[in-house]
Amino acid sequence: MSDLHSPASTGTAGKATDEAPVLATAGADAPSAPAETRRSFLPQSTLLRHLLVLAASAVLAVALLELSSPYQNSQLATLTYYAIAAGGLTVLTGMNGQISLGHGALMAAGAYTTALFLDAEEPLPLPLILVVAVVVATAIGALVGVAAARLHGPYLAGATLALAVGLPGLAIYFHDIFGGEQGLRVRAPRAPEAFGSFIEAVSGNSASNTKWLAYVGTICLLITYFFLANLVRSRIGRTWRAVRDQEVAAELAGINLGAWRVLAFVVSAAAAGLAGGVLAIVVRLAAPSGFTLVLSLALLTAIVIGGLGSLLGALLGSALLVFLPPFVTDLGGDLGLDQTEAAQLAPFVYGVVLIVAMIFAPAGFVGTIRLRWMTAKAKRASARAAGANGG
Amino acid sequence: MDYFVNVTLTGLTQGMIYSAFALALVLIWRSTRIVNFAQGSMAAATTFIALALIQAGQSYWVALVVALASGFVLGAIVERVIIRPVEGGPELNAVIVTLGLFVAIQAGIAIVFGSSFQSFPTPFGVRGFEVGGTTIPLTPTSLYVIGSVLLVMALLVALFRFTRIGLAMRASAFSQEVARLLGVKVGGMLTLGWGLAAVVGSLSGLLIAGGTFVWPAYMDALIVFGFVAAIIGGLDSPVGAIVGGLILGLALSYVSGYAPRGSALVNISALVILIVVLLVRPGGLFSSTTARRA
Amino acid sequence: MAEAHGSTAVSATGGTATSTRLLEVEGLTSAYGPVRALDGVSLSAETGKITAVLGANGAGKTTLLRTISGLVRPVSGRVVLDGEDITKAPVESMVSKGMAHVPEGRGVIAELTVDENLRVGSLFRGKVGKDEFDRVYDLFPRIAERKNNAAHTLSGGERQMLVIGRALLAKPRILLLDEPSLGLAPRIVAQIFGLLRQLVDTEGLSVLLVEQNARSALSVADVGVVLNIGRVVVTDSARTLMADEDLRHAYLGF
Repeated sequence: MSDLHSPASTGTAGKATDEAPVLATAGADAPSAPAETRRSFLPQSTLLRHLLVLAASAVLAVALLELSSPYQNSQLATLTYYAIAAGGLTVLTGMNGQISLGHGALMAAGAYTTALFLDAEEPLPLPLILVVAVVVATAIGALVGVAAARLHGPYLAGATLALAVGLPGLAIYFHDIFGGEQGLRVRAPRAPEAFGSFIEAVSGNSASNTKWLAYVGTICLLITYFFLANLVRSRIGRTWRAVRDQEVAAELAGINLGAWRVLAFVVSAAAAGLAGGVLAIVVRLAAPSGFTLVLSLALLTAIVIGGLGSLLGALLGSALLVFLPPFVTDLGGDLGLDQTEAAQLAPFVYGVVLIVAMIFAPAGFVGTIRLRWMTAKAKRASARAAGANGG
Repeated sequence: MDYFVNVTLTGLTQGMIYSAFALALVLIWRSTRIVNFAQGSMAAATTFIALALIQAGQSYWVALVVALASGFVLGAIVERVIIRPVEGGPELNAVIVTLGLFVAIQAGIAIVFGSSFQSFPTPFGVRGFEVGGTTIPLTPTSLYVIGSVLLVMALLVALFRFTRIGLAMRASAFSQEVARLLGVKVGGMLTLGWGLAAVVGSLSGLLIAGGTFVWPAYMDALIVFGFVAAIIGGLDSPVGAIVGGLILGLALSYVSGYAPRGSALVNISALVILIVVLLVRPGGLFSSTTARRA
Repeated sequence: MAEAHGSTAVSATGGTATSTRLLEVEGLTSAYGPVRALDGVSLSAETGKITAVLGANGAGKTTLLRTISGLVRPVSGRVVLDGEDITKAPVESMVSKGMAHVPEGRGVIAELTVDENLRVGSLFRGKVGKDEFDRVYDLFPRIAERKNNAAHTLSGGERQMLVIGRALLAKPRILLLDEPSLGLAPRIVAQIFGLLRQLVDTEGLSVLLVEQNARSALSVADVGVVLNIGRVVVTDSARTLMADEDLRHAYLGF
């Protein structure tokens, strides 16, 4: 696949760099088989290739985490949960054409689950707790997905909007369990001994708890994207795209549209649940105020700006969600806005970005670059072909 | 019994506001096949304009008129500048644009007017009338709410039924191409439609704010309620939107009034009602023809 | 494309000029993406005549009308109405320039009543006297009976009457009709075409008629233009075309 060697791998946003090669292909529907033999130096098998990229990404992630400051570590931890959720959402929206404003609520499900399980006398091991968070969010996602499978466009947006506004109400109604408006404090899990020695061996840094959480987030992110990347390149991913683009043809071919839409929602909800779990331990709080509509809209911004359907795009978009707010807040401060006013500049920018992107670059930034690049490639190819025929 | 009447009247009053908001959504849906998720933020913006005027010493009525007028201007500008480029394109793009507008306007309000809770006045009392020595649960404010929504609806009916511009707007809404071939300036009609819808939306925002607190996101729940009401009515039907609003207002009022700690269940009840309607009757409760695909 | 004006006698209905090309289309090319639906089409419609554009499905007939009225913008070529270049004029302005286009599938506004449909047709003219509506109802008594019914309750023939009546309320000089016979019983088609002929003969209306049903169209038209895959094959008097058996077999299917 020649489009593996995406020019986007020169990206600046930290961890994005190392993931570019494989993830760039995630949303690319372009048939690229003929070019394969000529340029690819990676293995032919998708799985093997993804494994290689995964290993490279892991190494780069460790390097990044060890070379950056503690503050940057915590920013990267934030990036991981945004990226996990956005990755799931881009599969749903980009690949299967369904929109969801309910992913904030699904993240809440994962976060509250994690908070409750970590609060036990003898908490389960963290990986197990995160698995439970995923299961809970997946179950809710399946319920929502069954309803959503019959809806499209504005209907689906409205229904999931109602979910985003409605579900936090449950946390208030059952305040004995979920802590009402205040939410639940999350007891952050301690890093295992082995982690300390690992960090010691790698970089000689001290293994702070912040660092540990950033690692947890990174591991979850790598696993999620590895899984999603394989999924979208598989028969399942192709069927999703068929359901999105060729609804009638897919139905005639005997594909059960509803079931495939539900599956997309379930996969996407699983990612949201994991994201919620990571959020809970990184933020150390699960409260309704953490899962407002603005969170869902921020995720939407991330995937739109990255180009719907591209995992790399989702990652870059998530980086924007992390690095943009401090930037514009500072800017707002310089312009004479007070703290709370300046804090609103970030959602303001999200909104403007959504509008501008849809009007001027509906394919998103990554998508637009890819489109340009593919067009150029096609031109070169046809020029070559013409040259060959002529001479 | 008194309590039941009280809850019912509250439900009807709230329902009128939902009806108005749903009507605004339906007006836009009919003409452009777009659900304007920014309707709530736009209404909030005009409410804050009214609040600023009131705080500057203007009367409620001046503020009301200015707010509705600015709603019209806002709606028209939004259609011309932001919606026009995505009209007729993929429906997901239009949805995302209105969502972007929703969050941008909301944040804009917070930047300009602040994020804190502020009380919004009402021109009439909130104490019930006294009839024969007993206080009945009908307040001047609720009469004002019901009366002003009915008035606006009557004006809209008159506009659409009896005026030439109303006929041109309906023709544009139902069949853009035919209307253009018949010489109707469809673009202008769409802009006008968005402007009028924004006026109706702004009115519901001002009414729901009356006597309570406003903050930049205070319309979030109303977007959901208005959407649910519009869906109950079938999204295409103005009458359906009004009936849907009343049904939803009553239902939510009963949940809030009778379920233990019911007020925390209102939003989730709206969600449940929405899902049930969408799954059972996707065309709305009043669809006589075959339910269209939701 | 040589223009052979078959019916030689210059119509007197137009009055002043000897050559009375009301609508002229010159080298019109329209494309949907890479597909050319029209490829350099030239034709004209004369005052007081019915010009029929004939051809099979996909010949470009509908695209031709849509390009003339501005719904489709041409890649190249010109549309001239009574000496005025209207190639780039907005769709909404066509009707006030004297050109009424009844689109394919008739274009009733189903949700409006019959009467409202008629009123929309005259909106651009400002206030229109009741007598003009009465005249349309006199021409089509069947729709007069259904005046206050929603247009979607009308039969196919009634819809066709409604849209023609609506177009007449615009007081057009030229009427563009897209497949008016589609889906109608032969008796209704004959009735509608007969009425068109009458309007043309008595009121000097001009008609550009697009039809797949070539036999019926040629029976009423003065001039026929045969279109095939976006190009004009032949232009001649309706009578000559009717007599050309080879042409009929090759392009007109009868």
